[in-house]
Amino acid sequence: MSNTKYILGSFADPDDMMHGIDKLQANNISIYDCFTPMPIHGIEAKLGVRPSRLPIAAFCFGALGTTLGFSLLYYTMVYDWPMNIGGKPSFAMPNFVPVTFEVTILLCALGMVATFFFRNHLFPGRTPRVMDLRATDDRFILAVDAKENADHALIDSLLKEAGAVEVKYNDRKYVSYE
Amino acid sequence: MGTHSHHHDYNFNERYEFAGKAKMFSIIAVVLGVAAVAIGLLSGDHVTVERTYANLLLMGYYFTCVCAAGTFFVALQYVTQSAWSAGLVRIPQAMAGVLPIASLILLVIVGLGLTTHNLYHHWHADGLTDPNNANYDPIIAGKSAYLNVPFFLIRQVVFMGLYSIFAVIFAKLSYKEDLEGGLASYKKSFKLSAIFLVIFGFTTPIWSFDTIMSLEAHWFSTMFGWYNFAAMWVSGICCITIIVVVLKKAGYMNWVNENHLHDLGKLMFGFSIFWTYVWFAQFMLIWYSNIPEETVYFYKRWEPEYKPWFWLSIIINFVAPLLLLVDRDAKRKQNVMLFVAILLLAGHWLDYYIMIMPGTVAEHRGFGIIEIGTALGFLGLFVFLVMNKLSKQALVPKNHPFLDESLHHQI
Repeated sequence: MSNTKYILGSFADPDDMMHGIDKLQANNISIYDCFTPMPIHGIEAKLGVRPSRLPIAAFCFGALGTTLGFSLLYYTMVYDWPMNIGGKPSFAMPNFVPVTFEVTILLCALGMVATFFFRNHLFPGRTPRVMDLRATDDRFILAVDAKENADHALIDSLLKEAGAVEVKYNDRKYVSYE
Repeated sequence: MGTHSHHHDYNFNERYEFAGKAKMFSIIAVVLGVAAVAIGLLSGDHVTVERTYANLLLMGYYFTCVCAAGTFFVALQYVTQSAWSAGLVRIPQAMAGVLPIASLILLVIVGLGLTTHNLYHHWHADGLTDPNNANYDPIIAGKSAYLNVPFFLIRQVVFMGLYSIFAVIFAKLSYKEDLEGGLASYKKSFKLSAIFLVIFGFTTPIWSFDTIMSLEAHWFSTMFGWYNFAAMWVSGICCITIIVVVLKKAGYMNWVNENHLHDLGKLMFGFSIFWTYVWFAQFMLIWYSNIPEETVYFYKRWEPEYKPWFWLSIIINFVAPLLLLVDRDAKRKQNVMLFVAILLLAGHWLDYYIMIMPGTVAEHRGFGIIEIGTALGFLGLFVFLVMNKLSKQALVPKNHPFLDESLHHQI
Protein backbone atom coordinates (compact mmCIF):
# COMPACT_ATOMS: atom_id res chain seq x y z
CA MET A 1 0.00 0.00 0.00
CA SER A 2 1.24 3.41 -0.90
CA ASN A 3 2.04 6.14 1.60
CA THR A 4 -0.26 8.63 -0.13
CA LYS A 5 -2.38 10.43 2.43
CA TYR A 6 -4.18 12.96 0.24
CA ILE A 7 -4.87 13.27 -3.44
CA LEU A 8 -5.06 16.88 -4.59
CA GLY A 9 -6.73 17.96 -7.81
CA SER A 10 -5.38 21.33 -8.88
CA PHE A 11 -7.68 23.39 -11.11
CA ALA A 12 -6.98 26.61 -12.95
CA ASP A 13 -10.68 27.46 -13.31
CA PRO A 14 -13.36 27.50 -10.59
CA ASP A 15 -16.00 26.14 -12.99
CA ASP A 16 -13.81 23.08 -13.66
CA MET A 17 -13.41 22.58 -9.92
CA MET A 18 -17.20 22.68 -9.50
CA HIS A 19 -17.48 19.98 -12.19
CA GLY A 20 -14.87 18.01 -10.30
CA ILE A 21 -16.98 18.15 -7.16
CA ASP A 22 -20.01 16.92 -9.13
CA LYS A 23 -18.07 14.04 -10.64
CA LEU A 24 -16.52 12.90 -7.36
CA GLN A 25 -19.86 13.11 -5.57
CA ALA A 26 -21.59 11.17 -8.36
CA ASN A 27 -19.04 8.37 -7.79
CA ASN A 28 -19.50 8.37 -4.02
CA ILE A 29 -16.01 9.67 -3.37
CA SER A 30 -15.95 11.82 -0.26
CA ILE A 31 -14.23 15.17 -0.59
CA TYR A 32 -12.03 16.09 2.36
CA ASP A 33 -11.94 19.81 1.67
CA CYS A 34 -11.38 22.36 -1.03
CA PHE A 35 -9.19 25.44 -1.08
CA THR A 36 -9.71 28.47 -3.29
CA PRO A 37 -7.97 31.81 -3.55
CA MET A 38 -11.32 33.62 -3.59
CA PRO A 39 -14.76 32.96 -2.12
CA ILE A 40 -17.05 30.90 -4.33
CA HIS A 41 -20.73 31.40 -3.66
CA GLY A 42 -22.74 28.30 -2.93
CA ILE A 43 -19.78 25.98 -2.42
CA GLU A 44 -20.56 25.36 1.27
CA ALA A 45 -24.01 24.04 0.41
CA LYS A 46 -22.57 21.89 -2.37
CA LEU A 47 -19.94 20.33 -0.12
CA GLY A 48 -22.40 20.01 2.77
CA VAL A 49 -20.26 22.10 5.12
CA ARG A 50 -22.02 22.73 8.41
CA PRO A 51 -22.75 26.39 9.26
CA SER A 52 -20.01 28.14 11.19
CA ARG A 53 -20.25 28.10 14.97
CA LEU A 54 -18.55 31.49 15.21
CA PRO A 55 -21.82 33.22 16.25
CA ILE A 56 -21.91 31.01 19.37
CA ALA A 57 -18.41 32.21 20.29
CA ALA A 58 -19.51 35.77 19.55
CA PHE A 59 -22.45 35.45 21.92
CA CYS A 60 -20.29 34.02 24.71
CA PHE A 61 -17.67 36.76 24.39
CA GLY A 62 -20.42 39.38 24.22
CA ALA A 63 -22.09 38.03 27.36
CA LEU A 64 -18.71 38.03 29.09
CA GLY A 65 -18.21 41.67 28.02
CA THR A 66 -21.62 42.65 29.38
CA THR A 67 -20.81 41.02 32.71
CA LEU A 68 -17.35 42.56 32.96
CA GLY A 69 -18.48 46.05 31.91
CA PHE A 70 -21.38 46.03 34.32
CA SER A 71 -19.26 44.65 37.16
CA LEU A 72 -16.58 47.29 36.59
CA LEU A 73 -19.17 50.06 36.82
CA TYR A 74 -20.94 48.52 39.78
CA TYR A 75 -17.69 48.06 41.69
CA THR A 76 -16.36 51.57 41.02
CA MET A 77 -19.58 53.61 41.03
CA VAL A 78 -21.68 51.84 43.64
CA TYR A 79 -19.54 49.65 45.89
CA ASP A 80 -16.04 51.06 46.15
CA TRP A 81 -16.44 54.82 45.85
CA PRO A 82 -20.01 56.08 45.38
CA MET A 83 -20.12 59.67 44.15
CA ASN A 84 -22.90 62.20 43.94
CA ILE A 85 -23.10 63.26 40.31
CA GLY A 86 -25.86 65.74 39.52
CA GLY A 87 -27.92 64.43 42.42
CA LYS A 88 -28.41 61.10 40.71
CA PRO A 89 -28.40 57.89 42.75
CA SER A 90 -25.12 55.94 42.66
CA PHE A 91 -26.82 52.99 41.05
CA ALA A 92 -28.41 54.81 38.10
CA MET A 93 -29.06 52.38 35.28
CA PRO A 94 -29.13 54.70 32.23
CA ASN A 95 -25.53 55.83 32.74
CA PHE A 96 -24.45 52.20 33.01
CA VAL A 97 -25.64 51.53 29.48
CA PRO A 98 -22.94 53.18 27.31
CA VAL A 99 -19.93 51.57 29.03
CA THR A 100 -21.60 48.16 29.30
CA PHE A 101 -22.57 48.37 25.63
CA GLU A 102 -19.08 49.36 24.51
CA VAL A 103 -17.32 46.66 26.53
CA THR A 104 -19.78 44.10 25.12
CA ILE A 105 -18.97 45.16 21.55
CA LEU A 106 -15.23 45.27 22.27
CA LEU A 107 -14.99 41.79 23.77
CA CYS A 108 -17.36 40.36 21.18
CA ALA A 109 -15.30 41.71 18.28
CA LEU A 110 -11.88 40.86 19.73
CA GLY A 111 -13.10 37.44 20.84
CA MET A 112 -14.46 36.65 17.39
CA VAL A 113 -11.19 37.62 15.69
CA ALA A 114 -9.17 35.60 18.21
CA THR A 115 -11.45 32.56 17.83
CA PHE A 116 -11.30 32.76 14.07
CA PHE A 117 -7.51 32.98 14.03
CA PHE A 118 -7.16 30.21 16.58
CA ARG A 119 -9.45 27.81 14.71
CA ASN A 120 -7.71 28.49 11.40
CA HIS A 121 -4.19 28.16 12.77
CA LEU A 122 -3.43 31.78 11.95
CA PHE A 123 -2.74 32.74 15.53
CA PRO A 124 0.80 34.07 16.12
CA GLY A 125 3.02 31.13 17.00
CA ARG A 126 0.91 28.55 15.17
CA THR A 127 2.14 27.22 11.86
CA PRO A 128 -0.44 27.84 9.17
CA ARG A 129 -2.03 24.69 7.75
CA VAL A 130 -1.77 24.74 3.99
CA MET A 131 -2.30 21.66 1.84
CA ASP A 132 -1.25 23.30 -1.40
CA LEU A 133 0.60 26.61 -1.51
CA ARG A 134 -0.89 27.68 -4.82
CA ALA A 135 -4.39 27.62 -3.31
CA THR A 136 -3.51 31.03 -1.90
CA ASP A 137 -2.48 32.24 -5.33
CA ASP A 138 -4.07 31.05 -8.58
CA ARG A 139 -5.19 27.42 -8.16
CA PHE A 140 -8.43 25.83 -7.00
CA ILE A 141 -7.66 22.70 -4.99
CA LEU A 142 -9.86 19.69 -4.32
CA ALA A 143 -8.50 17.42 -1.59
CA VAL A 144 -9.54 13.75 -1.30
CA ASP A 145 -8.57 11.54 1.62
CA ALA A 146 -6.55 8.73 0.02
CA LYS A 147 -7.05 6.28 2.93
CA GLU A 148 -10.82 6.56 2.88
CA ASN A 149 -11.15 6.29 -0.88
CA ALA A 150 -9.21 3.30 -2.15
CA ASP A 151 -9.65 3.56 -5.92
CA HIS A 152 -6.92 6.10 -6.65
CA ALA A 153 -6.95 5.49 -10.40
CA LEU A 154 -10.64 6.40 -10.56
CA ILE A 155 -10.09 9.60 -8.56
CA ASP A 156 -7.21 10.52 -10.84
CA SER A 157 -9.24 10.01 -14.00
CA LEU A 158 -12.30 11.82 -12.65
CA LEU A 159 -10.24 14.84 -11.63
CA LYS A 160 -8.49 14.97 -14.98
CA GLU A 161 -11.77 14.53 -16.84
CA ALA A 162 -13.17 17.51 -14.98
CA GLY A 163 -10.22 19.58 -16.14
CA ALA A 164 -7.61 19.34 -13.38
CA VAL A 165 -4.29 20.66 -14.67
CA GLU A 166 -2.36 18.63 -12.10
CA VAL A 167 -3.07 15.76 -9.71
CA LYS A 168 -0.76 15.44 -6.71
CA TYR A 169 -0.23 12.47 -4.39
CA ASN A 170 0.93 13.90 -1.07
CA ASP A 171 2.47 11.73 1.66
CA ARG A 172 1.91 14.40 4.24
CA LYS A 173 -1.16 16.47 4.97
CA TYR A 174 0.30 19.95 5.27
CA VAL A 175 3.08 21.14 3.03
CA SER A 176 3.58 24.25 5.14
CA TYR A 177 5.20 22.36 8.05
CA GLU A 178 8.54 21.89 6.32
CA MET B 1 -18.02 36.46 -7.58
CA GLY B 2 -19.26 33.06 -8.42
CA THR B 3 -19.32 30.49 -11.09
CA HIS B 4 -21.73 31.12 -13.90
CA SER B 5 -22.29 27.63 -15.15
CA HIS B 6 -26.00 27.54 -14.27
CA HIS B 7 -28.37 29.41 -16.52
CA HIS B 8 -31.46 31.30 -15.53
CA ASP B 9 -34.63 31.88 -17.42
CA TYR B 10 -36.07 34.97 -15.81
CA ASN B 11 -38.35 37.27 -17.72
CA PHE B 12 -36.75 40.69 -17.34
CA ASN B 13 -39.56 42.39 -19.20
CA GLU B 14 -41.96 41.31 -16.45
CA ARG B 15 -44.26 44.08 -15.29
CA TYR B 16 -46.39 44.41 -12.23
CA GLU B 17 -50.06 44.71 -13.05
CA PHE B 18 -51.77 47.09 -10.69
CA ALA B 19 -55.43 46.14 -10.77
CA GLY B 20 -58.16 44.27 -8.95
CA LYS B 21 -58.32 44.12 -5.18
CA ALA B 22 -55.05 45.97 -4.51
CA LYS B 23 -56.23 48.95 -6.52
CA MET B 24 -59.76 48.86 -5.13
CA PHE B 25 -58.71 48.62 -1.48
CA SER B 26 -56.16 51.41 -1.81
CA ILE B 27 -58.79 53.70 -3.31
CA ILE B 28 -61.27 52.78 -0.57
CA ALA B 29 -58.58 53.56 2.05
CA VAL B 30 -57.97 56.98 0.48
CA VAL B 31 -61.70 57.72 0.48
CA LEU B 32 -61.99 56.68 4.15
CA GLY B 33 -58.99 58.87 4.96
CA VAL B 34 -60.46 61.90 3.22
CA ALA B 35 -63.73 61.32 5.07
CA ALA B 36 -61.97 61.09 8.46
CA VAL B 37 -59.97 64.27 7.79
CA ALA B 38 -63.12 66.06 6.62
CA ILE B 39 -64.98 65.01 9.78
CA GLY B 40 -62.09 66.36 11.84
CA LEU B 41 -61.63 69.64 9.99
CA LEU B 42 -65.34 70.42 9.70
CA SER B 43 -66.15 69.53 13.30
CA GLY B 44 -66.01 73.20 14.29
CA ASP B 45 -64.35 72.19 17.55
CA HIS B 46 -60.96 73.90 17.86
CA VAL B 47 -59.30 70.96 19.66
CA THR B 48 -60.51 68.43 17.07
CA VAL B 49 -59.31 70.62 14.21
CA GLU B 50 -55.87 70.93 15.79
CA ARG B 51 -55.79 67.19 16.41
CA THR B 52 -56.61 66.59 12.75
CA TYR B 53 -53.79 68.90 11.68
CA ALA B 54 -51.37 67.13 14.02
CA ASN B 55 -52.37 63.81 12.45
CA LEU B 56 -52.05 65.20 8.94
CA LEU B 57 -48.56 66.44 9.80
CA LEU B 58 -47.67 63.05 11.26
CA MET B 59 -48.79 61.06 8.24
CA GLY B 60 -47.65 63.65 5.69
CA TYR B 61 -44.20 63.67 7.24
CA TYR B 62 -44.13 59.87 7.52
CA PHE B 63 -45.19 59.50 3.87
CA THR B 64 -42.57 61.99 2.64
CA CYS B 65 -39.88 60.42 4.83
CA VAL B 66 -40.52 56.93 3.46
CA CYS B 67 -40.35 58.21 -0.13
CA ALA B 68 -37.19 60.19 0.70
CA ALA B 69 -35.74 57.00 2.19
CA GLY B 70 -36.45 55.31 -1.16
CA THR B 71 -34.41 58.02 -2.89
CA PHE B 72 -31.66 57.66 -0.30
CA PHE B 73 -31.64 53.89 -0.85
CA VAL B 74 -31.24 54.30 -4.61
CA ALA B 75 -28.43 56.85 -4.21
CA LEU B 76 -26.68 54.72 -1.61
CA GLN B 77 -26.65 51.70 -3.94
CA TYR B 78 -25.02 53.76 -6.69
CA VAL B 79 -22.39 55.32 -4.45
CA THR B 80 -21.42 52.03 -2.81
CA GLN B 81 -21.66 50.30 -6.22
CA SER B 82 -23.79 47.64 -4.58
CA ALA B 83 -24.64 44.61 -6.63
CA TRP B 84 -27.02 42.70 -4.37
CA SER B 85 -29.85 45.22 -4.71
CA ALA B 86 -29.84 45.53 -8.51
CA GLY B 87 -32.73 43.09 -8.86
CA LEU B 88 -35.06 44.91 -6.48
CA VAL B 89 -34.00 48.52 -6.96
CA ARG B 90 -37.12 49.33 -8.98
CA ILE B 91 -39.11 49.29 -5.74
CA PRO B 92 -37.24 52.10 -3.94
CA GLN B 93 -37.16 53.82 -7.32
CA ALA B 94 -40.96 53.75 -7.43
CA MET B 95 -41.06 55.11 -3.87
CA ALA B 96 -38.68 57.87 -4.93
CA GLY B 97 -40.90 58.56 -7.91
CA VAL B 98 -43.75 59.42 -5.55
CA LEU B 99 -41.58 61.85 -3.55
CA PRO B 100 -42.61 64.97 -5.54
CA ILE B 101 -46.30 64.32 -4.79
CA ALA B 102 -45.60 63.44 -1.15
CA SER B 103 -43.54 66.62 -0.78
CA LEU B 104 -46.34 68.74 -2.23
CA ILE B 105 -48.87 67.20 0.17
CA LEU B 106 -46.60 67.83 3.17
CA LEU B 107 -45.98 71.38 1.97
CA VAL B 108 -49.73 72.05 1.81
CA ILE B 109 -50.23 70.58 5.31
CA VAL B 110 -47.35 72.59 6.78
CA GLY B 111 -48.44 75.79 4.99
CA LEU B 112 -52.08 75.48 6.03
CA GLY B 113 -51.14 74.50 9.58
CA LEU B 114 -48.90 77.53 9.82
CA THR B 115 -51.35 80.05 8.41
CA THR B 116 -54.35 78.74 10.36
CA HIS B 117 -52.25 78.64 13.58
CA ASN B 118 -53.04 74.98 14.11
CA LEU B 119 -49.40 73.95 13.87
CA TYR B 120 -46.23 75.79 14.89
CA HIS B 121 -48.20 78.35 16.94
CA HIS B 122 -45.49 78.04 19.55
CA TRP B 123 -43.23 80.24 17.44
CA HIS B 124 -45.74 81.75 15.03
CA ALA B 125 -48.22 83.99 16.82
CA ASP B 126 -48.83 87.73 17.10
CA GLY B 127 -46.39 89.71 19.22
CA LEU B 128 -44.01 86.88 20.12
CA THR B 129 -41.00 88.87 18.90
CA ASP B 130 -42.20 92.35 19.92
CA PRO B 131 -40.70 93.43 23.29
CA ASN B 132 -43.64 95.78 23.97
CA ASN B 133 -46.26 93.11 23.43
CA ALA B 134 -47.79 91.09 26.26
CA ASN B 135 -47.08 87.91 24.28
CA TYR B 136 -43.35 88.70 24.02
CA ASP B 137 -41.21 85.59 24.26
CA PRO B 138 -37.48 86.36 24.50
CA ILE B 139 -36.43 82.82 23.55
CA ILE B 140 -38.57 82.80 20.39
CA ALA B 141 -37.44 86.36 19.61
CA GLY B 142 -33.83 85.19 19.85
CA LYS B 143 -34.53 82.43 17.34
CA SER B 144 -36.61 84.55 14.98
CA ALA B 145 -33.72 85.31 12.62
CA TYR B 146 -33.89 81.63 11.69
CA LEU B 147 -37.39 80.61 12.74
CA ASN B 148 -39.61 83.00 10.81
CA VAL B 149 -42.36 82.17 8.34
CA PRO B 150 -40.76 83.15 5.01
CA PHE B 151 -37.39 81.51 5.73
CA PHE B 152 -39.13 78.44 7.18
CA LEU B 153 -41.23 77.99 4.05
CA ILE B 154 -38.25 78.64 1.76
CA ARG B 155 -36.30 75.92 3.54
CA GLN B 156 -39.20 73.47 3.23
CA VAL B 157 -39.53 74.15 -0.50
CA VAL B 158 -35.79 74.05 -1.17
CA PHE B 159 -35.10 70.86 0.79
CA MET B 160 -38.02 68.82 -0.49
CA GLY B 161 -37.62 70.32 -3.96
CA LEU B 162 -33.99 69.21 -4.11
CA TYR B 163 -34.77 65.69 -2.93
CA SER B 164 -37.59 65.43 -5.48
CA ILE B 165 -35.45 66.65 -8.38
CA PHE B 166 -32.77 64.08 -7.63
CA ALA B 167 -35.41 61.36 -7.22
CA VAL B 168 -36.85 62.11 -10.65
CA ILE B 169 -33.41 62.25 -12.31
CA PHE B 170 -32.33 58.88 -10.83
CA ALA B 171 -35.48 57.23 -12.16
CA LYS B 172 -35.10 58.86 -15.59
CA LEU B 173 -31.49 57.70 -15.92
CA SER B 174 -32.44 54.17 -14.94
CA TYR B 175 -35.27 54.03 -17.50
CA LYS B 176 -32.86 55.39 -20.11
CA GLU B 177 -30.45 52.58 -19.22
CA ASP B 178 -33.23 50.05 -19.95
CA LEU B 179 -33.54 51.36 -23.49
CA GLU B 180 -29.96 52.18 -24.39
CA GLY B 181 -27.79 49.94 -22.21
CA GLY B 182 -24.16 50.86 -21.67
CA LEU B 183 -22.54 52.44 -18.67
CA ALA B 184 -23.31 56.12 -19.37
CA SER B 185 -26.45 56.23 -17.19
CA TYR B 186 -24.79 54.34 -14.35
CA LYS B 187 -21.75 56.61 -14.26
CA LYS B 188 -23.91 59.71 -14.31
CA SER B 189 -26.11 58.30 -11.53
CA PHE B 190 -23.01 57.52 -9.48
CA LYS B 191 -21.82 61.13 -9.61
CA LEU B 192 -25.25 62.60 -8.95
CA SER B 193 -25.77 60.18 -6.05
CA ALA B 194 -22.59 61.35 -4.37
CA ILE B 195 -23.79 64.95 -4.61
CA PHE B 196 -27.26 63.97 -3.43
CA LEU B 197 -25.97 62.12 -0.37
CA VAL B 198 -23.96 65.14 0.76
CA ILE B 199 -26.96 67.43 0.34
CA PHE B 200 -29.30 64.92 1.98
CA GLY B 201 -26.97 64.28 4.90
CA PHE B 202 -26.62 67.94 5.74
CA THR B 203 -30.22 68.99 5.14
CA THR B 204 -32.37 66.18 6.61
CA PRO B 205 -31.47 67.07 10.22
CA ILE B 206 -32.42 70.69 9.52
CA TRP B 207 -35.57 69.55 7.75
CA SER B 208 -36.64 67.53 10.80
CA PHE B 209 -35.70 70.42 13.15
CA ASP B 210 -38.06 72.60 11.12
CA THR B 211 -40.91 70.21 10.49
CA ILE B 212 -41.11 68.41 13.83
CA MET B 213 -38.78 69.87 16.47
CA SER B 214 -40.04 73.45 16.00
CA LEU B 215 -43.48 72.34 17.25
CA GLU B 216 -41.90 72.87 20.67
CA ALA B 217 -39.64 75.75 19.72
CA HIS B 218 -38.16 76.41 23.16
CA TRP B 219 -36.60 73.00 23.27
CA PHE B 220 -33.77 71.82 21.05
CA SER B 221 -31.61 68.76 20.61
CA THR B 222 -28.82 68.30 18.07
CA MET B 223 -29.48 64.54 18.18
CA PHE B 224 -33.01 65.07 16.89
CA GLY B 225 -31.97 65.10 13.24
CA TRP B 226 -30.16 61.77 13.38
CA TYR B 227 -32.95 60.29 15.45
CA ASN B 228 -35.41 61.27 12.73
CA PHE B 229 -33.10 60.03 10.02
CA ALA B 230 -32.88 56.62 11.71
CA ALA B 231 -36.67 56.40 11.93
CA MET B 232 -36.97 57.41 8.27
CA TRP B 233 -34.42 54.87 7.10
CA VAL B 234 -35.85 51.96 9.10
CA SER B 235 -39.38 52.65 7.89
CA GLY B 236 -38.14 53.01 4.29
CA ILE B 237 -36.42 49.61 4.48
CA CYS B 238 -39.61 48.13 5.95
CA CYS B 239 -41.69 49.46 3.05
CA ILE B 240 -39.25 48.02 0.50
CA THR B 241 -39.33 44.66 2.30
CA ILE B 242 -43.12 44.55 2.42
CA ILE B 243 -43.42 45.32 -1.29
CA VAL B 244 -40.77 42.69 -2.14
CA VAL B 245 -42.54 40.00 -0.10
CA VAL B 246 -46.01 40.89 -1.38
CA LEU B 247 -44.81 40.87 -5.01
CA LYS B 248 -43.02 37.55 -4.50
CA LYS B 249 -46.14 36.04 -2.96
CA ALA B 250 -48.08 37.23 -5.99
CA GLY B 251 -45.62 35.38 -8.24
CA TYR B 252 -43.47 38.28 -9.39
CA MET B 253 -39.72 38.82 -9.08
CA ASN B 254 -38.48 35.23 -9.08
CA TRP B 255 -34.90 36.51 -9.20
CA VAL B 256 -35.19 37.97 -5.72
CA ASN B 257 -34.58 35.18 -3.21
CA GLU B 258 -33.89 34.66 0.49
CA ASN B 259 -30.37 36.05 0.11
CA HIS B 260 -31.68 39.46 -0.88
CA LEU B 261 -34.29 39.26 1.87
CA HIS B 262 -31.48 38.45 4.32
CA ASP B 263 -29.69 41.68 3.36
CA LEU B 264 -32.87 43.71 3.82
CA GLY B 265 -33.28 41.99 7.19
CA LYS B 266 -29.77 42.96 8.22
CA LEU B 267 -30.44 46.58 7.33
CA MET B 268 -33.74 46.49 9.22
CA PHE B 269 -32.10 44.91 12.27
CA GLY B 270 -29.00 47.10 12.21
CA PHE B 271 -30.82 50.37 11.81
CA SER B 272 -33.39 49.49 14.47
CA ILE B 273 -30.41 49.20 16.81
CA PHE B 274 -29.07 52.46 15.40
CA TRP B 275 -32.45 54.12 16.03
CA THR B 276 -32.25 52.97 19.65
CA TYR B 277 -28.66 54.18 19.90
CA VAL B 278 -29.58 57.70 18.79
CA TRP B 279 -32.82 57.74 20.77
CA PHE B 280 -30.97 56.69 23.90
CA ALA B 281 -28.09 59.11 23.31
CA GLN B 282 -30.61 61.96 23.21
CA PHE B 283 -32.50 60.67 26.23
CA MET B 284 -29.51 59.88 28.43
CA LEU B 285 -27.70 63.20 27.99
CA ILE B 286 -30.85 65.12 28.84
CA TRP B 287 -31.65 62.84 31.77
CA TYR B 288 -28.13 63.05 33.15
CA SER B 289 -27.53 66.80 32.85
CA ASN B 290 -31.03 67.46 34.20
CA ILE B 291 -31.38 71.01 32.85
CA PRO B 292 -35.03 72.15 33.06
CA GLU B 293 -35.23 73.63 29.56
CA GLU B 294 -34.08 70.29 28.15
CA THR B 295 -35.92 67.88 30.44
CA VAL B 296 -39.23 69.57 29.65
CA TYR B 297 -39.39 67.52 26.46
CA PHE B 298 -39.19 64.20 28.24
CA TYR B 299 -41.31 65.44 31.15
CA LYS B 300 -44.19 65.89 28.73
CA ARG B 301 -43.65 62.39 27.38
CA TRP B 302 -43.26 60.92 30.85
CA GLU B 303 -46.56 62.22 32.21
CA PRO B 304 -49.25 59.55 32.70
CA GLU B 305 -50.85 60.56 29.42
CA TYR B 306 -47.92 59.41 27.30
CA LYS B 307 -45.89 57.10 29.52
CA PRO B 308 -47.36 53.76 28.31
CA TRP B 309 -46.86 54.81 24.68
CA PHE B 310 -43.34 55.99 25.45
CA TRP B 311 -42.44 52.50 26.68
CA LEU B 312 -44.42 50.70 23.99
CA SER B 313 -42.41 52.57 21.35
CA ILE B 314 -39.14 51.25 22.82
CA ILE B 315 -40.50 47.71 22.98
CA ILE B 316 -41.74 47.69 19.38
CA ASN B 317 -38.87 49.58 17.79
CA PHE B 318 -35.99 48.06 19.75
CA VAL B 319 -36.84 44.91 21.70
CA ALA B 320 -39.03 43.33 19.01
CA PRO B 321 -36.58 43.54 16.07
CA LEU B 322 -33.70 42.60 18.39
CA LEU B 323 -35.35 39.37 19.43
CA LEU B 324 -37.20 38.54 16.22
CA LEU B 325 -34.46 39.26 13.69
CA VAL B 326 -31.27 38.29 15.51
CA ASP B 327 -31.46 34.77 14.09
CA ARG B 328 -30.03 34.22 10.62
CA ASP B 329 -32.89 31.99 9.51
CA ALA B 330 -35.50 34.53 10.63
CA LYS B 331 -34.14 37.12 8.20
CA ARG B 332 -34.47 34.63 5.35
CA LYS B 333 -38.15 33.81 5.93
CA GLN B 334 -40.71 35.83 4.01
CA ASN B 335 -43.42 35.69 6.64
CA VAL B 336 -41.16 36.64 9.55
CA MET B 337 -39.79 39.59 7.58
CA LEU B 338 -43.30 40.66 6.56
CA PHE B 339 -44.49 40.54 10.16
CA VAL B 340 -41.51 42.47 11.56
CA ALA B 341 -41.70 45.06 8.77
CA ILE B 342 -45.39 45.74 9.47
CA LEU B 343 -44.72 45.82 13.22
CA LEU B 344 -41.88 48.33 12.75
CA LEU B 345 -43.97 50.54 10.50
CA ALA B 346 -46.63 50.64 13.22
CA GLY B 347 -43.86 51.25 15.76
CA HIS B 348 -42.50 54.24 13.89
CA TRP B 349 -45.99 55.65 13.53
CA LEU B 350 -46.07 55.53 17.33
CA ASP B 351 -42.58 57.04 17.41
CA TYR B 352 -43.76 60.03 15.35
CA TYR B 353 -46.92 60.19 17.44
CA ILE B 354 -44.80 60.64 20.55
CA MET B 355 -42.68 63.25 18.79
CA ILE B 356 -45.63 65.32 17.57
CA MET B 357 -48.65 64.98 19.89
CA PRO B 358 -47.25 66.22 23.25
CA GLY B 359 -46.13 69.43 21.52
CA THR B 360 -49.43 70.04 19.76
CA VAL B 361 -52.58 68.61 21.33
CA ALA B 362 -50.90 67.45 24.59
CA GLU B 363 -53.59 66.15 26.96
CA HIS B 364 -56.25 66.36 24.23
CA ARG B 365 -54.55 63.54 22.39
CA GLY B 366 -56.62 60.61 21.31
CA PHE B 367 -56.67 57.45 19.36
CA GLY B 368 -59.81 57.20 17.36
CA ILE B 369 -61.42 57.75 14.02
CA ILE B 370 -59.13 60.68 13.12
CA GLU B 371 -55.87 58.85 13.88
CA ILE B 372 -56.93 55.59 12.23
CA GLY B 373 -58.63 57.35 9.31
CA THR B 374 -55.67 59.60 8.52
CA ALA B 375 -53.20 56.73 8.77
CA LEU B 376 -55.40 54.55 6.57
CA GLY B 377 -55.84 57.33 4.02
CA PHE B 378 -52.12 57.93 3.66
CA LEU B 379 -51.44 54.18 3.55
CA GLY B 380 -53.92 53.88 0.70
CA LEU B 381 -52.35 56.83 -1.06
CA PHE B 382 -48.88 55.35 -0.66
CA VAL B 383 -49.96 51.96 -2.00
CA PHE B 384 -51.89 53.50 -4.88
CA LEU B 385 -49.16 55.90 -6.01
CA VAL B 386 -46.16 53.60 -5.48
CA MET B 387 -47.74 50.49 -7.03
CA ASN B 388 -49.05 52.56 -9.91
CA LYS B 389 -45.55 53.95 -10.46
CA LEU B 390 -44.09 50.44 -10.21
CA SER B 391 -46.48 49.11 -12.85
CA LYS B 392 -45.28 51.64 -15.42
CA GLN B 393 -41.84 50.08 -15.93
CA ALA B 394 -40.31 46.62 -16.03
CA LEU B 395 -39.72 45.20 -12.53
CA VAL B 396 -35.98 44.99 -13.06
CA PRO B 397 -33.44 47.34 -14.66
CA LYS B 398 -32.35 44.75 -17.22
CA ASN B 399 -29.24 46.64 -18.35
CA HIS B 400 -27.98 47.39 -14.85
CA PRO B 401 -24.24 46.62 -14.89
CA PHE B 402 -24.45 44.61 -11.65
CA LEU B 403 -27.66 42.72 -12.39
CA ASP B 404 -25.83 39.45 -13.06
CA GLU B 405 -24.10 39.69 -9.70
CA SER B 406 -27.42 40.37 -8.01
CA LEU B 407 -28.87 37.18 -9.52
CA HIS B 408 -25.97 35.16 -8.08
CA HIS B 409 -26.01 36.92 -4.74
CA GLN B 410 -25.44 34.45 -1.96
CA ILE B 411 -24.76 35.04 1.71
